[in-house]
Amino acid sequence: MSPLRKKRMYLVMLLLTAVSVATFLIIQAFNQNMMFFYSTTEVKSGAAPTDRDFRIGGLVVNGTVKRADDSLLVSFDLTDSQTPVTVQYTGILPDLFREGQGIIAKGQLNGNGVFVAEEVLAKHDENYMPPEVADSIQKAQMAQTEMPAMPANHKN
Amino acid sequence: MIPEIGHFFVIVGLAFAIVLAVAPMVGIHKNNSALIALAKPAAIGQFIFFLISFLILVYSFTVNDFSVKYVAANSNTQLPMIYKVSATWGAHEGSLLLWALILAGWTFAVALFNGKLPEDMIARILAVLGVVSIGFTLFILITSNPFERLTNVPVEGRSLNPLLQDIGLAIHPPMLYMGYVGLAVAFAFAIAVLLKGEFQMAWARWAKIWTVVAWAFLTLGIALGSWWAYYELGWGGWWFWDPVENASLLPWIIATALIHTLSISASRGTFQSWTLLLAILAFALSLLGTFLVRSGVLTSVHAFTSDPARGVFILIFLVVIVGVSLLLYSARSHLVTKSKPFKLASKETILLSNNVILVAMMATVLLGTIYPLILDALGLAKLSVGAPYFNTVMLPLTVPLALLMGFGFASRWIEDKPQRLLQKLWLPAVAALLVAFIAPLLLLPEFSGLAVLGLLMSAWIAFSALHWLVQKNPHGQIKPSMQTAGSVLAHIGFAVTLTGITITSIYSIEKDVRLEPGQKYAINQYEFEFKGVVQKEKDNYLASQGTVIVYENGAELTRLYPEKRTYLSQTMPMTEAGIDAKLSRDLFVALGEKLNGDAWAVRLQYKPFVRWIWLGSILMAVGGVLALIRRKTAAPRAEATA
Repeated sequence: MSPLRKKRMYLVMLLLTAVSVATFLIIQAFNQNMMFFYSTTEVKSGAAPTDRDFRIGGLVVNGTVKRADDSLLVSFDLTDSQTPVTVQYTGILPDLFREGQGIIAKGQLNGNGVFVAEEVLAKHDENYMPPEVADSIQKAQMAQTEMPAMPANHKN
Repeated sequence: MIPEIGHFFVIVGLAFAIVLAVAPMVGIHKNNSALIALAKPAAIGQFIFFLISFLILVYSFTVNDFSVKYVAANSNTQLPMIYKVSATWGAHEGSLLLWALILAGWTFAVALFNGKLPEDMIARILAVLGVVSIGFTLFILITSNPFERLTNVPVEGRSLNPLLQDIGLAIHPPMLYMGYVGLAVAFAFAIAVLLKGEFQMAWARWAKIWTVVAWAFLTLGIALGSWWAYYELGWGGWWFWDPVENASLLPWIIATALIHTLSISASRGTFQSWTLLLAILAFALSLLGTFLVRSGVLTSVHAFTSDPARGVFILIFLVVIVGVSLLLYSARSHLVTKSKPFKLASKETILLSNNVILVAMMATVLLGTIYPLILDALGLAKLSVGAPYFNTVMLPLTVPLALLMGFGFASRWIEDKPQRLLQKLWLPAVAALLVAFIAPLLLLPEFSGLAVLGLLMSAWIAFSALHWLVQKNPHGQIKPSMQTAGSVLAHIGFAVTLTGITITSIYSIEKDVRLEPGQKYAINQYEFEFKGVVQKEKDNYLASQGTVIVYENGAELTRLYPEKRTYLSQTMPMTEAGIDAKLSRDLFVALGEKLNGDAWAVRLQYKPFVRWIWLGSILMAVGGVLALIRRKTAAPRAEATA
């Protein structure tokens, strides 16, 4: 092999290694930061992971929002219209958070089946329902074939 | 009657677009110069009719014509005049009309300022722009007519989303669209080159001017959006890796790469096919951005509309445009590309490497943005990719990008010697190291390896750019050319933004606290005293206005008045932050919600260097445009911006 060819070969090998390492790292980062969405029914049935963050969505159940007296701790129930799950959050809730509104929370399940949220998202449109939430409500209602489907009440 | 004229003029605009798309192409094919010459008047006519049509929509807003559905949905009588005007592009239909108008404007400009391009090239470029215009005008007429009437005319409109009642957001969409749509010119240029099968060096310079102007608008548009999100969404974040933000970043990254390969094509006459591919890609990403924002496939603060027909239309348009372009590219790009030898150590290699890094950045952002959408569309899973992914991936890509950028200025075309570069660049390298290690010790509260790295990169870019400026004129006799000075300014702007990002990301302090009136909370040397909340009545909203006195080292510094607003026309509340802005730091106070008694949840933030992010963007845009100015007397230079 001529020196020039050898040099080129090293260069190509170097490039290939760099690209493989980069791809590996990107996929690694991607996998670690992927967050799946689970409906409240799925969470209650144990389908959601317990060791990593995920997103949960549903309607805030009327009368369940409780604020602590001396801190920013708040708890409320979310439901896909069939199964409620309790969510805890410490911090400021978004402007559009209110009872009956469809919201999404990011966080982890604790040992007691309570979802501890790091972030609560409500969209900046009062009539807007996160598509994930709308979808999970529809699914939950279809699963309950014996009961007539009730229209989701997400109006203010 | 007037809205119908607006609607009719859109149709007339479409007719002009069809003439524009067809006549020059047929003319070139049949060698008929009369047909070719039709392109220019068609471009002018198209622009005039879209302009009048757009002004009619603005007029409908200013006179509160609620018989127009779009006006009734997005305005009301109480809205201040400036926001009535900006409401024109505040939602889907009007913003598409603005898109079409801006496209017609760029087309008009190309028809007038065609430089030294041969007539048939200009005709082809105008024709391609005409095709794009037909697509968008049909989209407006079929799915999104802003002039649609209501049979039951409401007495009052629903009003503009309060989030959009803000000067930053009044000008953000036009800026962004100027950028998005401006990339259509580079795209049309690429297609024209492929059709003609010839790519002269002087043409690359022509294309570069248009691309840089579009890029400068895009830069400002993105920065405005970030700035708006920072103070208006209320929570002090400046970039969320939200899919819609990403959608504007993707074409920006590729346009940045494109400007640099156009430089190579203009001064070295090589890399043509890569340049053309980037031009196609940049516009394809603009269209993708439009699709993501306007189709409602996204869960995002921007996704106000959702109508599947619209999404399908744009998707088909996107597939057709990209598909045809890539077919043409694969069939004909070999005709226009010339390979000229260059050594491993050369300006070509450095520019090309950074191009590859930019494309890799684009690919990783694209992956994180559309992978969840694709999985969802296929019904496989619902997932989202968090900001940590983007941060983790962008960091290791930015480091080599910044390193190479510094070498790029001083390097020579074709062949350079690493030793020569190192000899030349020791001064900026040492200066950058000094800044990166000493500045944190003196100014920053605690040591952070990432902060040192970020500062090192920024300082290296800035110093090597300045060094280049000085070296080109060693005795200061000749004034540096605008091209060099502008390019240096743009790269310093990037360094400024990078510094802002680094320091804000690492040293920001954010506290959500419960405060009773009279209670204080301290962050570093700043103490925030909450004085309680009073109710105020304004033109079109009610405000709960808090008062927070800020003390610095015990002395009163300023008073901030964060607000919680409820707009009369809508029930949704809005957070208006109180901000004390300085170049070195922002103090940011936002009201959360009322708790028991007189206590409120309050967010207090200390954001060092956050202004640098936007300041740097302004420098980038200004520098880019300055670099286009050529002094008449100066001999044409082969030098390009690095």
